[in-house]
Parts: sequence; C-alpha cells; structure tokens
Amino acid sequence: METLKFDLDAKPLREVNQFLHGDASTLDGKSIVIENPNGAHNIAVGLKADVHVTIKGHAGYYAAGMNQLAKVTIEGSAGSGVAENMMSGVVHVKGFASNAAAATANGGLLIIDGDAGLRTAIALKGADVVVGGSVGSFSAFMAQAGNFVILGDAGEGLGDSIYEAKIFVRGKVKSLGADCEEKTTSPEDRKILADLLAKSGHKDVNPDSFKQYGSARTLYHFHVDNAGAY
Amino acid sequence: MSDDKSKETVHKTPQTTPRYSATFDEYTNSEIRRAAATGIYDIRGAGSKRKLPHFDDLLFLGASVSRYPLEGYREKCGTDVILGTRHAKKPIHLKTPVTIAGMSFGSLSGPAKESLGRGATAAGTSTTTGDGGMTPEERGHSTTLVYQYLPSRYGMNPDDLRKADAIELVVGQGAKPGGGGMLLGQKITKRVAKMRCLPEGIDQRSSCRHPDWTGPDDLEIKIAEIREITDWEKPIYVKIGATRPYFDVALAVKAGADVVVLDGMQGGTAATQEVFIEHVGLPILSAIRPAVKALQDLGVYRNGKDSVQLIVSGGIRNGADVAKAIALGADAVAIGTAALIALGDNDPHLEEEYKKLGTTAGAYDDWHEGKDPAGITTQDPELMKRLDPIKAGHRLANYIAVMTMEAQVVARACGKSHLHNLEPEDLVALTIEASAMAQVPLAGTSWIPGVTKF
Amino acid sequence: MCGIVGLLVRNPKMRDSIGELMLPMLIGMTERGPDSAGLAMFGAPVAANERKFSLYSGVADFNWTKLGHDFEKHLSIKAKVEPKVNHAVLTTTLEPETVKIWLKEHYPQLHLLSVGQLMDIYKDVGTPAQVADRYDFKNFKGTHLVGHTRMATESAITPAHAHPFTAGEDWCLVHNGSLSNANSLRRKLQYEGIEFETDNDTEAACRFLQWRMREGDDLETALNHGFEELDGFYTLLMGTSNQLALVRDPFGCKPAIIAEHDDYVAIASEFRSLAHLPDIKNAKVFEPSPKEMYVWKL
Repeated sequence: METLKFDLDAKPLREVNQFLHGDASTLDGKSIVIENPNGAHNIAVGLKADVHVTIKGHAGYYAAGMNQLAKVTIEGSAGSGVAENMMSGVVHVKGFASNAAAATANGGLLIIDGDAGLRTAIALKGADVVVGGSVGSFSAFMAQAGNFVILGDAGEGLGDSIYEAKIFVRGKVKSLGADCEEKTTSPEDRKILADLLAKSGHKDVNPDSFKQYGSARTLYHFHVDNAGAY
Repeated sequence: MSDDKSKETVHKTPQTTPRYSATFDEYTNSEIRRAAATGIYDIRGAGSKRKLPHFDDLLFLGASVSRYPLEGYREKCGTDVILGTRHAKKPIHLKTPVTIAGMSFGSLSGPAKESLGRGATAAGTSTTTGDGGMTPEERGHSTTLVYQYLPSRYGMNPDDLRKADAIELVVGQGAKPGGGGMLLGQKITKRVAKMRCLPEGIDQRSSCRHPDWTGPDDLEIKIAEIREITDWEKPIYVKIGATRPYFDVALAVKAGADVVVLDGMQGGTAATQEVFIEHVGLPILSAIRPAVKALQDLGVYRNGKDSVQLIVSGGIRNGADVAKAIALGADAVAIGTAALIALGDNDPHLEEEYKKLGTTAGAYDDWHEGKDPAGITTQDPELMKRLDPIKAGHRLANYIAVMTMEAQVVARACGKSHLHNLEPEDLVALTIEASAMAQVPLAGTSWIPGVTKF
Repeated sequence: MCGIVGLLVRNPKMRDSIGELMLPMLIGMTERGPDSAGLAMFGAPVAANERKFSLYSGVADFNWTKLGHDFEKHLSIKAKVEPKVNHAVLTTTLEPETVKIWLKEHYPQLHLLSVGQLMDIYKDVGTPAQVADRYDFKNFKGTHLVGHTRMATESAITPAHAHPFTAGEDWCLVHNGSLSNANSLRRKLQYEGIEFETDNDTEAACRFLQWRMREGDDLETALNHGFEELDGFYTLLMGTSNQLALVRDPFGCKPAIIAEHDDYVAIASEFRSLAHLPDIKNAKVFEPSPKEMYVWKL
C-alpha cells in the first residue's frame, strides 16, 4: 500500500483536505499520514473515498467531520465534534474525545479508546459509537437511531429525550434523562453489542456485563401530563 | 296587562352598548377557554399577526425640482444582486433581489416545494431547503438552491452539501428566535420520517441549539469546517432571528459569514407556540439599521470583494417593501408567507373548506395539523393533488416579477439607476415609532427620535 | 466569546522564560479573540510594605514622569513609576486606598487595572500579537499568569472591557462564555455597595465573587454560590498570589483543556495553544469536568 505523508507545519490544511477530496481513483486503498496536527481544527473533514488516514497527534474540532467510507485513526485526543455527522466508514480516537463526539452521525463506527466529553452521541442518527472509558453528561441527548456502547460510566441525564437509539453501559450511570429507562436485552441486542465490542478492540469484554437503556416512548406525543418533562 | 305594558314603554331603562374589553378581547377569551380545555399551549404556523410598525409606515420621497426621475423602460434600473463575494469560489448571481426563504419539505408538500423551485427558476432567483433536508425534486427544479444547516441536522449529509449552491447556517428565525423545529405526528409520513430518521407519526421535538457548537467563537470553527468540506466553493449564509441585530450581525461576520439573513418576527414558521411567535423577537423594521451599522462598523458593507451581504425577511409583501428594505440597507429580501399565498395558500375560493376547519380564508394558520385544503402545508396525498406545480410555479414567477417591477418603479421615481442606490434619505416616516425604528425623519420634519433634536 | 490561557511554571529554572512559553499560547487564541487581549502576570513580589499598581493611560505619549513627581510632591512618599507605552507600574509603600483616592482626584483619565504585591495586569485593544508586542510580553518573568483574547459579544471593544478583571489584591479572573443575567447581578451588587467600571458580563461574574469573598466565603464556597446565581455559559480561570483555579458551568459548552507536566501546568481553550509547549507529549492532557473546581498551587 502506498503511503503519502503530509506535514501540517509545512502544508496548509486547506491543500491537504482538498487533496483528500480528490478522485476516488487517486485515493482508494491508499494510506495517508498527517504529521504535526497540533490541535488543528477540521482535519480530514468531508472524506468520501476508501482511504486510510492516520493523524499523528492531537486533533482539534470536527476531525473527520461528515466522514464517508474512509478509515481515520487519531493517535491522540480529538476536540469537539469528532466524526460529527459521519455517514459511513470508521473513525478511531486512541486518546480521549471532547464534547459532542459523533454528533448527529448517520452511519459508520466511531471508536474512542479513552473517555469522551459531554453530549457524546447527541442526536445520533444511526451510527455506532463505542467508548472505552466514561462519557460526560447529557450523552445520547435526543439520540434517534444507532447503538452507543460505554465501557465506563455515564454522567447526568443519559439519553434525555431519546428516540430509538440503544445505549449499553457497563459502568455506573449517574442519572437518566427524561423518557430514558432501562431495557431488557434481547438476543438480537446482545448480538449487536457483541459485534460492536469485537469490532472496537474489546472482544474479550463480556456482553452480559452491560445494562441496556432506551426510550420509554412517553414523550412521542404532546400530552399535558408530560408538561414537566419539557 | 295593558297597564304593565305601557309602564314598560314609558319606563324602559336605556342600556349601554355591549362592549368588548380591549384587554380581554374575543381572541384572548377564546384562547383562555382553549387552554382550560386542553392543558397544552396553542401551536400554529405563520408569523406574528399583530399590527406592528412596518414598511407601510414609511414613504418614499420621489423626484422633485431638486431630484430627477428616470424614464421607465428606456432608462435602466438594475435589479441584479451578487451574494457571497467574500470567500466563495462561486458566488450567487440573482436577477432579482427577491429570494425564497427556507421552508421544509415536511412542513410543505412535495408539489409545493416543486412549485417554489419552478417559480424561482423562472424568475432567476433562489429557493432554500428547510428543516428536514434536501429532496431530489427540489434540487432538480431549482437552478439555485440554498441548503439550510440547522440544529436538528435532519437529513444533513455531505453529498447534498456539495450539491447546494450556498449553505445557510441557521442560528434562529424571526418567528421563534431561540426555538427549535417542530413537526407534529400528522405530518411525519413515511417519507418525511425516513428523511429525518424518526419513527413515523410521532411528534418531532427539536433542539434549539446546534449540537456541536455554542457561541460565535465555536461558530467560526464550524463555518470553517463547512467551507473545508465544500472546498471553499459555496457562499455560507448565517441566518438569525431579529433580537440583538447589531451584536448578532457583528459576531456572524467575525465568525466568517459571507451573507447574513435577518428574519423579523413577522417571518413565518410551520409550527410553534403562539406565545413564541407573538412575544419574542423584533419587528423587521427595527432590526435593519442596526444590522447595517454592524456591517459598516466592521468595514464589510458594500466594500468590494470583502463584503458581507444582508438579506432581510419577515413580512415582505410587495415591491414597496422590497424597495424600502433595500433603501434601509439590505442587499436582498426573502419571502416565505407571501410565496405560499402566491401559490394559493389561504385562497378565498376554498372558503367552504376553511369553514369546515373552523376558520376562514386569510386566517387559516393551523398548518401543523396537515389538513390544508390548498394542498400546500400538508402531507395528505389527496389534498396534495390539488396543487398543480406548473400552474403554481407560474403564479409565483408572476408575483416575483410584479414585486421586482414595483421596486423599479419606485426606484426610478427616486432617480436611481439601480435598486441598490436607494438609501435611507429617500424615506420618511408616518409615525414616531417607525421614525425611531427605521431612523428616518418624521414626514415634514427633520426629527428622528433618539437621533436628532426637534 | 473568547480564548483563555493560563500557565503555572513549577520548574524554577523555567520561570525566566514564562513570557516566551506564553506568547504562542496567547497568539494561538487570536481567532477566538481578535478584538483585544489581556494578561495578568504574577512575578517577583515587592517588599512586604509595598504595593504595585498597574495603570493604563490609553494614549501613547502620557507623561508618566510628571505623574511620579506629582505623587511624591502631594503625598510626601516615594513612588517608582515604570512605564511601557500607554501602561505603567507604580510601586509605593502608601496604603492602596489613599493611592486610589489620589489617582481619582488628580488623574481621573487613568484606569487602575490592578493592585497587589506580585500581580501586574496589561490589557488593551488590538490583536493578541499587537498587544503582546506593545508590552513586550515575550520577556516577562514570573511564576504564573492568566491571559485572555476577546471577541466582544454585547459590550463595546474598549480597553476597560478587556479581561482580566480584578476583584482584590493579587486576584484576577478571565472568562469564556456569556452570562444571561449579568444586568440583574450588577444591579444587585451595586445595592450591596460594589462598584462597577463597565457593563461587561465578565465584570459581573468577577464582582459577584468579590462580594462573596467580602462576605467571608473562601474561593470554593464563592464559586459554589456562583453555580446557583450565575446564569449562562462560562469557563472561568482565576489567578491569585500563589495559585490558578478553573471552573466550568454545568452545561460545559465552552471549551477548556489542561496539560499537567512536572515542569508546568498549562490551560487553554483549545489544544492548539498547548501544542508547542516543551515536552507536551509527556504531559497529562485532559478536559476539566463541568461544575468542578480545579486548583493548582505553586
């Protein structure tokens, strides 16, 4: 596999991103390394080819934003909104992630080895998220679809106003948000969880050590008795 | 018997005329009764319905001995506008300053969106998607399409971002500055649900803030992200509901906006709480001058390539409104409610149907219920059939043409060879409020409250 | 909206280059804060009976020498005046209240930015690079600092509105965010006898803490009261004579990132500002949790 290196200390990010948006034929199956990211924002956003990108260090906001098809590995931490609105592909953060990781993501898989900040998987729209550490408060707020796996703990208000996304937590949940309740895990759910654990480098973690959470579906229609929840 | 009767005639006590309270008027009392019966706030569509200081309170000063008018037809009065010169590789060129505001597929029917696209294309202007995403029909029928980027991110995806001609990052809208989207179960059909990734038939609750940024410092990074994803090709608009226009416009500019869209409280919505529409926000008349001042103070007002353009919306109804908005400093306007009326919304020929819904033509605003007899603000397949997109598109194009020509008539009378040469000094006000808000003198005087002395 | 930076140098050998370490941190926050910048530097203390006063004149050609002469003539006490363009540090043994009264009477056009034994405050309009250059931040020496770059939201861009704000001797605060009840707070505090210089929301937060500490709260208790009474979004970074303290509001929307290293503790709004610190690869880098107080002592 051919490897291409870009040094963000020498080359403007705009040129790197533009190259990465090039014809699929020039990029498919290639391996790209981005050096000296130094917390720059918007690295590798809008990718749309089957290309492997490694960011050697810490990324700023929106790393791999709106990712399609690509596999992006961040060998460091990621700022707010990593993989936001991702459509497909895989994004892997080896360090920790800041707020709003996988915000509104539609598809693909986000793996975070460390902790993730507040509002992780906010308004999730079908992507899968696996966090090796703990997540901050208001995670999975208004999460519509997708699977969210947390090996550590969750903060306050988990799954507030959640729609149909599924949450699996191995550690403690500080508090659940409005309309979020514990669910029994069906055989299908267990399989989804086991597959995600295997895909994210946690294949030896026991799926039965997780609790599942989801929507109680009492806020699906405006009703005066729920006024307190708004 | 006859004695009693004669007593009545002679001694009948005169009564006062029955009088409604101005405070507890008919509408207010009916709302109290409705609230008591249901226990939930009233939800409706459209913008503020109250009488507010508006463009009708301003008049143009036409040509006189000191100023000369231009001849119609022979002497040109330009109406074209370029939007997004600041950063984009491909700015937007429009033939008229009248654009179509963002309205969602979901709140509007498919045929309605198609009509808007056809009409706007014929008129040489743009349409805008709404909360829910871009439909292929919309992209197909509209030559220039602005793609909204909203807090909900329903349907948002990079492929559509790249297909758009401009991207409008929505911070808020005039009907509900600080509020999120709302679409009730009646309109969450299979297609709408799929686009928004929601279960069919539920009431959509939307967030009021963007999920991954808060504040202009983070907005700057978000705008940069969208520019990077689209390789700096397209203009990026920032839409705000009018509340603190001076600060908001300044911050939008500092965050990197190419165009600012300013929406007053008369601006419509598909659905939100009545209390929000009527009691939060500013009339558009009061927001334009502060917005322009912010652009001037930052050196980006009509200053060559590095300019940020201003689009104004909220109660634009005719060519006079267009001309007045431009005279106060706007570069273009957007119409929403007016466009729907041009398509056939609230038309008197459907009066019988409106009566069945408990309303009347011109007052119908329960668009969230999805029962629109005109087939515009509905997802009902039978009702939708009533709207012929080709005829309706033609009506919209006619209406935009009339507005543009009316604006030209006014501009020529003021001696302008281009709409953009209209200026605040061409205007006077009929009321003290309008004078203060628009910062133009009270007619016949040199007085602007708060600015000049008597 | 803004960028904040904080630096506490643990390694005594590195304290002479605190200015050089800080400069790229501050300039890295230019996009978040292009309008004005400010810095509070904690350096070598003056004598126990002395105080230093940071003064801002706003004009390049202010006659600082005359100020010094007038001071000594009127008050019969020595004053050392060290000017830098439109700013000067005045050092004297005269008690601060008397100094303040004298300044107000004779030099009302001057802004008193800070009082303390270790702390100097500089703030001015301009980009962070311009402000840093004006006052030669690069060559500062000290133990710790708090810095700020400002994008004005609702109040004006004037030097007085720039951060840091101070609420007491050797005490300062910078803020990233926006308070929604600043006006009510200000009115309440004015009734309590607290004086304000501006309508800036950060000053409201600062004076609130000043009030709580006047009422006997320690910093942590004051901040806990703050969680109840301050409404809005905020990341607050405070500096005192021997520590830096940081707190984030419960929503945690405004960013902050911390790097802890044996040689230093560094704080910024974005990692970009920390990226060039020495041996950052081996620092413990993390984000502070909302509603928790973080304190680093010298």
